[in-house]
Amino acid sequence: MTTLIALVVAAVTFGTVLMYGTLGEILTEKSGNLNLGVEGIMYMGGAFGLAGAFYYEKAAGAAVNGPLAVTIAILSAFAAGMAASAIYSFITVTLRANQNVTGLALSIFGTGIGQFVGEFMRVSEGGYVALSNGLKTFFASPVFPPFLVNIPVAGRIFFSHTVFFYLAVLLAVLMYLFLQKTRCGMYLTAVGESPATSDAAGISITAYKYLATTIGGGISAIGGMVYIMTTAGCVWNHEGLSGVGWLAVALVIFCMWRPLNAIWGSILFGAMMIMYLRVSIPFIPTEIYKILPYIVTVIVLVLTSMKNSRDKQPPASLGNNYFREER
Amino acid sequence: MEKKCAIEMKGITKRFGQVTANDSIDLRINRGEIMALLGENGSGKTTLMNMLSGIYQPDEGEIYEDGSRIYIRSPREAYEYGIGMIHQHYKLIEVFTATQNIILGLNDGKMDIAAAEARVKEICSRYGFDIDPGKKVYDMSVSQKQTVEIVKVLYRGADILILDEPTAVLTPQETQKLFRVLRNMKEDGKAIVIITHKLHEVMDVSDTVTVLRKGKYIGTVNTADTDPQALTDMMVGHAVSLNIERPRYPDPQRKLIVEGLTVVDEEGIRRLDSVSFTANTGEILGVAGISGSGQKELLEAITGLYPVKEGSIRFIGSDGSETELVGKTPKKIRETGIGMAFVPEDRLGMGLVGSMGMTGNMLLRSWKNGKGALLRKKDPEALANRIWKDLDVVTPGVDYPVRRLSGGNVQKVLVGREISSEPAVLMTAYAVRGLDINTSYTIYSLLTEQKMKGVAVIYVGEDLDVLIELADRILVLCGGRVAGIVDGRTATKEEIGLLMTHFDSKESGE
Repeated sequence: MTTLIALVVAAVTFGTVLMYGTLGEILTEKSGNLNLGVEGIMYMGGAFGLAGAFYYEKAAGAAVNGPLAVTIAILSAFAAGMAASAIYSFITVTLRANQNVTGLALSIFGTGIGQFVGEFMRVSEGGYVALSNGLKTFFASPVFPPFLVNIPVAGRIFFSHTVFFYLAVLLAVLMYLFLQKTRCGMYLTAVGESPATSDAAGISITAYKYLATTIGGGISAIGGMVYIMTTAGCVWNHEGLSGVGWLAVALVIFCMWRPLNAIWGSILFGAMMIMYLRVSIPFIPTEIYKILPYIVTVIVLVLTSMKNSRDKQPPASLGNNYFREER
Repeated sequence: MEKKCAIEMKGITKRFGQVTANDSIDLRINRGEIMALLGENGSGKTTLMNMLSGIYQPDEGEIYEDGSRIYIRSPREAYEYGIGMIHQHYKLIEVFTATQNIILGLNDGKMDIAAAEARVKEICSRYGFDIDPGKKVYDMSVSQKQTVEIVKVLYRGADILILDEPTAVLTPQETQKLFRVLRNMKEDGKAIVIITHKLHEVMDVSDTVTVLRKGKYIGTVNTADTDPQALTDMMVGHAVSLNIERPRYPDPQRKLIVEGLTVVDEEGIRRLDSVSFTANTGEILGVAGISGSGQKELLEAITGLYPVKEGSIRFIGSDGSETELVGKTPKKIRETGIGMAFVPEDRLGMGLVGSMGMTGNMLLRSWKNGKGALLRKKDPEALANRIWKDLDVVTPGVDYPVRRLSGGNVQKVLVGREISSEPAVLMTAYAVRGLDINTSYTIYSLLTEQKMKGVAVIYVGEDLDVLIELADRILVLCGGRVAGIVDGRTATKEEIGLLMTHFDSKESGE
């Protein structure tokens, strides 16, 4: 029982990271932009998020304020993600370059920048960059009061997570409402499905693509910051972050472009990624565990294409750039 | 009933480069009336209407609405003037419901789907439309999608409706339903224009008919005062002499026998219906018909690209042996040693690789001949050079991407390559479309030259003047059926035009 609860908690912790990455990419892909740069964007989010919190603490000294530090970390990561995906948008939407190539380049670029910023901080600060222990608790501790966390079983499962998890769930619900209930959400879906139709209806394709992609990139970047600040313990750690962005891209397919599916999908993927640590079965190499999420994604892809349901397909113009005069 | 003029177009001229699509056209559209805009392919019907719907701007001329001059710069502005056009290709979001599609792009305060649905229902019951506002578009039939498009236009308050070939994709029953709705809208005082080339529909639904031919305004008549024969004469006009040489081949033999050929497309619609004919050596068999009557399917079925449902296509070898082609892939057909060449309509899509040069494109026909893994460019290069010289292809060199050549030169490359394989059957689809006069004549003489070599040439064309001077026999298709096969030397344009539109056939009786 304890093992199971520990597994759930660990799955949620890692799942939260994935959830941001996935939600951001869902928003991006809804506009028809396939941004494969999530990996790089999350690296940048991690490095800049840590930098934001670290330099804030350094400047504030003893007067450091926990919630403010969390906000600064979120905003720095968000800004870094926005900047990275603004580059992507400019190249694909304005210059109409190939989305796959641009996304892959952004992945490489972003991991490089992330590494550079992380290492630069380490070297310039004399070999070690970490937040003070007092500040770390604001990032990595449960947000609910202890009496809730201490409820047997349910307390650990529902109330023991960091603020980032609850924010991510809230974000998923908000994104669902945005896409389903608002005019802007409907127009964004229309842009991703058929830019030509939307253009004829007077919707600005460029504005929707730019906004969805940059905001989506910002959200994805928060995921990288959450990893550094929770799982990695507020220390720059590039190894744990590698591959997370690609997992988020797979997860978008798994969730069939629906934000609400991202909630449980991320936790499930999180569980699969950490299972080898918690429930290791002898003789099965950990690599087998690690490819589980990708196998599941492939199975989901096969099943959904077999069912041929139009609602469960990617946005119809995903990956295509729009050029009005092209026929 | 007093006819009120809704739109008046005066002296409208529209040019695309060298081509004049509309040449100083005057047109009146009245409220409470259905006007049919009639003309052959390329007569400028759609171009003219696109200027009303804001897609094109006229180069010359004026447009008046209710007597005051208007300028329509975009589809959005057209809506503001109450003009709505339903295009042939529907612009709908497949994963949205009918209502969502209808309100797409409208910014009228808070989004209220329920209220919008109520209004859609109200419009539907008013004119007799039959759609479920909550149904997703991907679940809809073509006719339902069209209904959504019409309701979309009405929802935006249009009272001048333009429908571009609305019946092209509909079954006869659906067509009748559409016509009932159109009549209801007419009663409601709306001005309606339908672009069409189906004569029996014109007679059935319209009040007045305006005929265009080759971009020129020919005339407007009341439907009640005219008959299909008179309209056909207006549409095709008098024959123009082109002086294309047409020698006789001394000894024609049967080469290709098509019997009872029937093909069905993905949507279950019969594209070809029991088509039978014979193509002979030393003969150009012209294929005439309004576009979409099955010409493309016919050629693709013969080349093995389109699945055949029923019927047979037999190839007669030079020794008199017969080979059945149905069920064989293009590769198999070639392996059987049957020389067929196909110049498709879509030159750079299906015929050539745009980014490769002439040499590369020659290789596409012969890459299988070589041995080993490496390409041997010598022969294709020689061939490319020969075509370059013989057909006067204007290109900087044989490795220059063919995409950057002009349409005529692209066609020369394609025809040159197909002829070089010394085919027994040569099929061309719209071989001179978009080409200037000189290149067109080059192509005609190339085809005639092939014919005199004993090749069976099948020439799908759209210009009747050319067909009656170039082809030895003309097969006329109408709605996937053979409307008739006439002798090219004695046939008249009127005769062929009437067969093409075939107003008295089973089609109108259904």
